[in-house]
Amino acid sequence: MFPPIPNPPVTATPAKFGDADLVRRSASSVPAPAQKLTPVAKLIDVSKCIGCKACQAACLEWNELHEEIGTFNGTYTNPPDLTPASFTLMRFTEWVNPETDNLEWLIRKDGCMHCADPGCLKACPAPGAIVQYSNGIVDFAHDKCIGCGYCVKGCPFNIPRISQVDHKAYKCTLCSDRVAVGQGPACQKACPTQAIVFGTKDEMKQWADGRIKDLKSRGYKNAGLYDPPGVGGTHVMYVLQHADKPSIYAGLPDNPRISPIVEAWKGVTKYVGLGVMGFAAIAGAFHYLVTGANKVTAEDEENAEKLTQGGRS
Amino acid sequence: MSAAPYDVEGGDQVHKGHPVQVDRYTVAARINHWITAISLILLAISGLALFHPSLYFLTALFGGGQLTRAIHPWIGVVLFFSFAGLFFRFWKANLWKSEDGTWLRRIRDVIAGNEEKLPELGKYNAGQKFVFWGMSFLILVLIGSGLVIWNVYFSSFTSIEQQRIALLVHALAAVAIICVWIIHVYAAIWVKGTISAMTRGQVTGGWAWRHHRKWLRELVAGKRTGTPAE
Repeated sequence: MFPPIPNPPVTATPAKFGDADLVRRSASSVPAPAQKLTPVAKLIDVSKCIGCKACQAACLEWNELHEEIGTFNGTYTNPPDLTPASFTLMRFTEWVNPETDNLEWLIRKDGCMHCADPGCLKACPAPGAIVQYSNGIVDFAHDKCIGCGYCVKGCPFNIPRISQVDHKAYKCTLCSDRVAVGQGPACQKACPTQAIVFGTKDEMKQWADGRIKDLKSRGYKNAGLYDPPGVGGTHVMYVLQHADKPSIYAGLPDNPRISPIVEAWKGVTKYVGLGVMGFAAIAGAFHYLVTGANKVTAEDEENAEKLTQGGRS
Repeated sequence: MSAAPYDVEGGDQVHKGHPVQVDRYTVAARINHWITAISLILLAISGLALFHPSLYFLTALFGGGQLTRAIHPWIGVVLFFSFAGLFFRFWKANLWKSEDGTWLRRIRDVIAGNEEKLPELGKYNAGQKFVFWGMSFLILVLIGSGLVIWNVYFSSFTSIEQQRIALLVHALAAVAIICVWIIHVYAAIWVKGTISAMTRGQVTGGWAWRHHRKWLRELVAGKRTGTPAE
């Protein structure tokens, strides 16, 4: 058993991190922080999940969210997709293992992966609406969010959702408010099987190693850690029984990365675009200086008068 | 005269006098133009604000980021319908003619302002036709890609991958249309006597003689001339 995080003191605790610990800020820059926090991570062990949805309930409770009452759509996955109120969602997949012909019930807790290279932050046009702390947490600052939905396009995992009520983007915060006072995320606290554990990223990798060894000893020869390098690694990681094919877990991307289209749009297009428009304006000014105004001459007016007089029948 | 004038638009008329005055745009066409122009400028400002972080401060003109995000697509809808009005007014006179090729081949003389070396032109020269068709094409691209990324109403109709493509296309088309707009505005400033066509609706006979002689000849030949007393 992973040692549980002790309960916090009842006296108020100052936040352990804040604006001084930002390493990235959307559509703006931040000074490099004086010292870096220890990277944290949440480890989700899919092989230990029993699908009880305590994490989903805890998430709603801690974040004071209210999900709409939905309709049954033939699956345990409820609501059917992430919403502005459901930052996390158990996705249930019934998968027949072709090697053993066994039905395996794969239950993956979906939510923000807290990428080291966050596509949402890169796509965001509003300064400071998305921030990344040196401990790895990627958070949305709702007072600055403009609701454009660019983060949705930037995200390789299809996580952010835009509220139709207040037109702001919502996703898992990794319970940054709880982490700031030395606690783990609410989902982790609620998990009855320790399928969710929280600690430093190194601790989580070590803990995952032990779990993977255990799974391999039980015949899951492809068991492994999901910490995709395409996004620089993530601060939410999975232990997967079949780490060779992440996509069987309700479409977890096999090799996630920020879309090259988003990179092109936010990279070269931005600079070349401003350059081209600036060049057009400067070229015009320069042309005017060199050739001077194109003026109608008195002769032109006379010719026009002659033409109209001659045109009289 | 020869063939029926293709490019004389309703309302075009020559008034004899000193100088000769030529009606070029009706009141309706001018109102239509300025609604389009204001929309395009507002779209450019609000769009640029979301295009580059260094221009985000422009959102203040629209009451902040949320309002900029909300209003930009609606101005786009206004522009689309307003420009459609211009399109149906002007498309016929913007069809390609043989003298446009000659004009383009002598683009160096155009840029140098050597009008005497250019062919006689109808109501629009090839540059104006380029602006017309460029705007027409780019506005179609912009409204199409814009609807795809109009998150509030249309996000559920397309895949995220399609929305990514639409974002890139929208940004590229916006850069292109702003460049076309710069050419359009610059040409109006450079060629003196042009702006009155879109303000008071008239140009002088000399302006028409210098830049659109074929159009002027057609107007005169078509007896669409009035005396100053009219």
